[in-house]
Amino acid sequence: MKPPALDYVRVDSAEEAVALLGEHGDDARVLAGGQSLIALLNMRLANPRLLIDISRAPDLDHVSATSVLAVGAAVTQAAVEWRPHLAEEVPLLAQAFPHLGHFQTRNRGTVCGSIAHADPSAELPLVLSVLDGDVVLRSVKGRRIVKAEDFFTGMLVTARAPDELLEEVRFPRAAPGTRYGFTEVGMRHGDFAIVALAVAVSRSAIRFGVGGVGGRPVAADWPRLAGSALEDALNQLAWTLDAQDDHHASAQYRRHLVRTLGKRLVEELS
Amino acid sequence: MRHYDRDRLHRVALTLNGMPREGHCESRTLLSDFLRHALGATGVHVGCEHGVCGACTVLIDGVAQRSCLALAVSAEARDIRTIEGLAAIEGPIEGELGDLQSAFRRHHALQCGFCTAGMLLSATDFLRRVPAPSEAQVREMLSGHLCRCTGYTGIVQAVLEVAAARREGRRA
Repeated sequence: MKPPALDYVRVDSAEEAVALLGEHGDDARVLAGGQSLIALLNMRLANPRLLIDISRAPDLDHVSATSVLAVGAAVTQAAVEWRPHLAEEVPLLAQAFPHLGHFQTRNRGTVCGSIAHADPSAELPLVLSVLDGDVVLRSVKGRRIVKAEDFFTGMLVTARAPDELLEEVRFPRAAPGTRYGFTEVGMRHGDFAIVALAVAVSRSAIRFGVGGVGGRPVAADWPRLAGSALEDALNQLAWTLDAQDDHHASAQYRRHLVRTLGKRLVEELS
Repeated sequence: MRHYDRDRLHRVALTLNGMPREGHCESRTLLSDFLRHALGATGVHVGCEHGVCGACTVLIDGVAQRSCLALAVSAEARDIRTIEGLAAIEGPIEGELGDLQSAFRRHHALQCGFCTAGMLLSATDFLRRVPAPSEAQVREMLSGHLCRCTGYTGIVQAVLEVAAARREGRRA
C-alpha cells in the first residue's frame, strides 16, 4: 500500500503544467488534492512515470462568481463548500457537498480533481451534468470549453486529451424560480453512492440526473410531470441506465431506487 | 518549478508541532510514513492507507487531512500538527491534556485508542470552524473516522460538551 516509484514536479503555474503535459502526455498524471489519485497509487492501480503537482499554482487557486461559479483546478472542495453564500449561488452544490466523501477528504480534495477523475458514482460530475456546466481544458495549443455532457464519456473516461489540463469548471448559477434537490443512498455516510439523484425543477420543466448506475452521470429533460406520468418517465429512464449487479447492490435495486427516490424528490420540489 | 527524481533521496523541511524539522525521503514516500519514520511522530497511526479509516489524520496548516493521501514532498514548508503537539495548542498548562483529550477520557470515547489521535485532530479543526455544531454535524465530521471499539456515542458527547464549554468560556 505504498505508491510506486515516480518522478514528481511541483509547478508554480498552469503554463508550466501544460508544458509538462505536452511533453509527457499519458506518462504523466496531474496531482491536485490526490484524494482519488494517491489512493490509486497506494493500491498500484495507477502507475504514472511523472506526477505534476498543481496544488501550489496560484493562478489555478481561484473562484469567481459571475453568471457562473468558476472553480480553478487547485481549489479544494472545502473552499467552495464553505463559501458563505453557496446555497444561493449554486444550491445544488451546497446540497451535494455533505454527501461528498468526508470533512477530512473535502479539506484536501479538489472540485476539478473529482470532475477529471469522473467516477460514475461521484457527486460533483452529477451536479455539473444536471446544471449543464462547462469544463475548461487547456494545452500548449490553447483552451477549449466542453459541455459536461460531452466531457463524461464513460466509466472514469473523459474527453480530456493526454496533453490537456482540466483548468477550470463552471457551474451555472441558480436560475430564478428553479428549485434544486439532491439525495443519495450509499452503504455508509460518505461512501460512493449506489444511486445519487440531482434534480432541478423550474416552472415548466424538470431536469433529472442519475449517478452511480451507469458508467457516467445521465440527465433527462421532461416537462412538469406528476403522478403516473412521472412514474412512467422514471421507470423508462431507470431501464435505459444499463444498471449492473455488483457487490454493493443489484441492478434491480438500483432501478427501484431511481423510481422511488426520484418520485419522492421531484414531488418535494413540485 | 521543483523536480524530485525517483532515484534519489530528497530533503523535506517543515514545521512539526511548532518546531522546524527536516528529514529525507523518496519522492513517492507518503506523508504518514515520513512523519512516523523520518521524524518519529508515531502518534500518526496508519490504518487502511487509502483514505477511508481516518487514523492518519493530521493538521496541515491547521486543516484536518489524511496524511496517507499526501506525499511527503508536497508537505515542504507546511505547518504540521500531530497528536504529539495537540496538548500544546489546546491545553492551558504545559504537559496537561487539552480539553478535547480530557473530554474523550471522561466520556469513555476511546478503548484501544488507535483511531483517537485522528479524531482529536479532526475535531480540533472542526470546532474552530463550527463553534456551535449540531449533533448531526458532529456525526458528519466523524463519519471520516472508523472506530471499531466504542460505537461513537461517547465520542459525539465529548465533542459536543467541549463545544458548549468553549462557547461559555469555561474548560470542559
